[in-house]
Amino acid sequence: MTETITQPIKMTRKDFVSDQEVRWCPGCGDYAILAQVQKVMPELGVAKENFLIVSGIGCSSRFPYYMDTYGFHSIHGRAPALASGAKIANPELSVWVVTGDGDAMSIGGNHLIHTLRRNIDMNILMFNNRIYGLTKGQYSPTSELGKVTKSSPMGSLDYPFNPPALALGAGGTFIARAIDRDQKHSMEMIKRAHGHKGTSFIEYYQNCLIFNDGTFSDLTDKTTKDESVLKLEHGKPMVFGVKNSKGLRLVGSQFEVIELNGAFNIDDVFVHNENDKNLAMILSELTYVDHLPTPVGIFYVKDEPTYEDMVHSQIQEAVSNKGRGSLEQLFKSSNTWTVE
Amino acid sequence: MTNSKTNVTELTEVTIRFAGDSGDGMQLTGTQFSDNTAIFGNDLATFPDYPSEIRAPAGSLAGVSSFQIQFSKLDIHTPGDDLNVLVAMNPAALKVHLGDVKDNGTVIINEANFTKKNLNLAGYDCNPLETDLLKNFQTVKVDMTKLVGTATEDLKLAPKLIARSANMFALGLVYWLYGRKIDNTVDFIQKKFAKKPEIVEANLRALKAGYNYGNTLELVKTTYHIPKAKFEPGCYRNMMGNQALAYGFMTAAEKSGLELFYGGYPITPASDVLHYLSGYKNMGVKTFQAEDEIAGVVSAIGAAYAGDLAITATSGPGVALKSEAIGLAVMAELPLVIINVQRGGPSTGLPTKTEQSDLYQAVWGRNGEAPCVVISASTPADCFYTAIEAARIALKFMIPVILLSDGYIANGSEPWRIPDVDSLPEFENHKTSDPDGYEPFDHSSEFLARPWATPGTPGLEHRIGGLEKWDGAGHVSYDPENHDHMLRLRQKKVDIIAEEIPDEVPYGEASGNLLIISWGGTMGSVRSAVEHIHLENKKVSHVHLRHLNPFPKNLGDIIKRFDKVLVPELNLGQLATMLRAKYLVPTIQMNINHGKPLKTSDVLNKINEILGE
Ligand SMILES: Cc1ncc(C[n+]2csc(CCOP(=O)(O)OP(=O)(O)O)c2C)c(N)n1
Ligand code: SF4
Ligand SMILES: [Mg+2]
Repeated sequence: MTETITQPIKMTRKDFVSDQEVRWCPGCGDYAILAQVQKVMPELGVAKENFLIVSGIGCSSRFPYYMDTYGFHSIHGRAPALASGAKIANPELSVWVVTGDGDAMSIGGNHLIHTLRRNIDMNILMFNNRIYGLTKGQYSPTSELGKVTKSSPMGSLDYPFNPPALALGAGGTFIARAIDRDQKHSMEMIKRAHGHKGTSFIEYYQNCLIFNDGTFSDLTDKTTKDESVLKLEHGKPMVFGVKNSKGLRLVGSQFEVIELNGAFNIDDVFVHNENDKNLAMILSELTYVDHLPTPVGIFYVKDEPTYEDMVHSQIQEAVSNKGRGSLEQLFKSSNTWTVE
Repeated sequence: MTNSKTNVTELTEVTIRFAGDSGDGMQLTGTQFSDNTAIFGNDLATFPDYPSEIRAPAGSLAGVSSFQIQFSKLDIHTPGDDLNVLVAMNPAALKVHLGDVKDNGTVIINEANFTKKNLNLAGYDCNPLETDLLKNFQTVKVDMTKLVGTATEDLKLAPKLIARSANMFALGLVYWLYGRKIDNTVDFIQKKFAKKPEIVEANLRALKAGYNYGNTLELVKTTYHIPKAKFEPGCYRNMMGNQALAYGFMTAAEKSGLELFYGGYPITPASDVLHYLSGYKNMGVKTFQAEDEIAGVVSAIGAAYAGDLAITATSGPGVALKSEAIGLAVMAELPLVIINVQRGGPSTGLPTKTEQSDLYQAVWGRNGEAPCVVISASTPADCFYTAIEAARIALKFMIPVILLSDGYIANGSEPWRIPDVDSLPEFENHKTSDPDGYEPFDHSSEFLARPWATPGTPGLEHRIGGLEKWDGAGHVSYDPENHDHMLRLRQKKVDIIAEEIPDEVPYGEASGNLLIISWGGTMGSVRSAVEHIHLENKKVSHVHLRHLNPFPKNLGDIIKRFDKVLVPELNLGQLATMLRAKYLVPTIQMNINHGKPLKTSDVLNKINEILGE
């Protein structure tokens, strides 16, 4: 999104808080994400009335009710399609989709991939708690294999989706990962997503306290997070660990952890390039590899013309080639005859 | 122009069917004949019928494609029942269609294709041209392909191109038979194939060869003349149903000052609506070919929320997929038009054949109490006005409208009197920008329409969605009384439209022995039958419904004034059931499910049967 409209009056978080009582379970990760979005939006330079937040169905999809913007709580899985129609109808809008792992990747998988490949300018925040929250705890398409839930008492048999890899495969032009508990980093991701003109996809790790508590605790716990999270920064070496004592180097097409304490130094560490799609593919594969850190940050960005811009430029082209059509012309556009 | 030794007989009306293999160009031949006939000044109606296989094996029964036209000096309503002329380009076409030719009718045959192989494919044990199968008909056997070859000898054309041009020979011959000029088709061929001079030449020579063949060989003793029909003065053109839908919605957009958004997924027989609209980008039309029907309608809902005139078109299977989303549009009280160009069902059914079996689906086919307005188009040209009516209602009442068309009228064509643009009404809508006292679900306006506050309007930020909402403020509500109230309110939004649509006026007398109630594409056949029965001074009247939900408010009163009610439909009795449920009247059903348009003769027989009881 790159609206140039500037806000005459400075807005604050409060301007984005609606009058509805927030109804998520106390301690749900969704609260943190809501706060992050409410803090970022006033800073984006977009007039409040131009924000449109569209969601599907799920705990996460209650989001629009809590935002004092235009909002549409649609039906299960369909938010990207609804957002597409709204954006094509009015490209001035800053369109956001809030969705869950089930909403976006089960029932709505088709709309997600097609929206990504069309590169319609919108920001998709997929709250991934690796569970169906609203329907009370069945495994989701991102749950780990063998997950024991209400609908999988002996463990789930489905291999999970790897969201960044799926988004890359679908032709996404902005793919990032954020974690609900890391406010500063998440807000940066939201800003970057907004700044990207095209479909921006953020996989937002989100803790479901009730049905999947602790799935991401390795990544959020003070004692483990340094060792298990790799923050991707464009042009910077991929270091992690306590005091950045470790790094990743690329051997063939595989990443390998190196200790930066003598045998290796910072020059041996692979440098992130957020414009390299092949690299992004390899990085996305780290999602489920135990001995390697989990990447967060921007995997991949690429500028491509957006669908809605192309729609409108075709319209302009047609008008400049043929002139603006009129009904009179339309009606008489084939053989006619006159009866006296 | 006609040979002096041939007699010219004047006729009132004629039905011709051009039939051949899918590769024989029968649709183009039929369309050319229709355009020419229209320009000559006859009234006409057409019915193209093509196989669902794109390339069925050449010469097979499954691969037969046909185009029927009835033209007349009178006002006619259907493409005709039985045939005066059948053009059969191969044995399969003869096999499939001969049964529809009237006794003593004319059968024109391209002998070239009556080869052993083709006869086998058509299931003929011996060549019907050599038996007495055709003895009750006037048969014209011509080796068209050979004659086209001779006419183009100097061009050294590929045999394939020669064979493909035989359709123009047939067209030329039929033009001669009906005393028509070939000029319009000459123009057409020159334009259509402008970039391929060889094809232009082959087709023109074939056309002329066919014409001259009739003229010089005194093929038949009589040619025919069908005088011009009496039309209301004005400027006319031919119009097909799906094209008329596209024109109607573009008109509605211009007249309402809104931009037109179309979201949809290709499906027979609705795809042409998308094809037409996508060709009018210079009218500002935005078409979105979505990944599936669900995305088609949901994107339209998004566009409607954002302030466009939003439509989606599909056929029955697509409506099934869209159902949940249509419920969302009901709940969100947004203006939206869903077009269903019906085809034979259930499931994939008969994709290229016509039927009227999605009325229940339109009226009742959603979860929960989710009433939609349902209207239907009755003829190809009527699709134009039905589209305008659908858009008008959607915008005026902030409500989704389902428009039912069908495969028969979608692909059929008829002359359309081009309306004066200024005479078409401007429409109102409920866009608002006034934050004073604004509530998203304020229903205080006359027709219970809520205000249409579109994103981008300062101060009117609000949330909508599929959860039940509090009347007025529009926030989510689980309150029992409010839910009951809102269900009734959404129903009332549909019901009060009856107050606003014109009363039905029966065709025929206001009371009598028999009232026929029909809807959709059967209009022409029923009206023709009733016109016929009126010549016998029988008291039969006809109501053809455009509005199916709600019904016109005087329909119950009309029904009471007749002894019996007949409801002919191409389904198992869907309107009949609705009428019984609503008016508690016995209805006589007439249901035919052949995947074909209703025949006038079938309706006539049924009327006579009832009156004779
Ligand atoms: C058509 C349809 N099918 C099923 C449901 C039930 N349903 C609601 S939310 C949901 C899963 C939500 O999971 P997710 O998208 O991960 O969201 P979360 O609640 O975890 O945030 C399901 C199955 C529904 N509302 N609609
Ligand atoms: S069920 Fe889980 S995801 Fe849903 S509100 Fe509760 S904690 Fe949050
Ligand atoms: Mg979930």
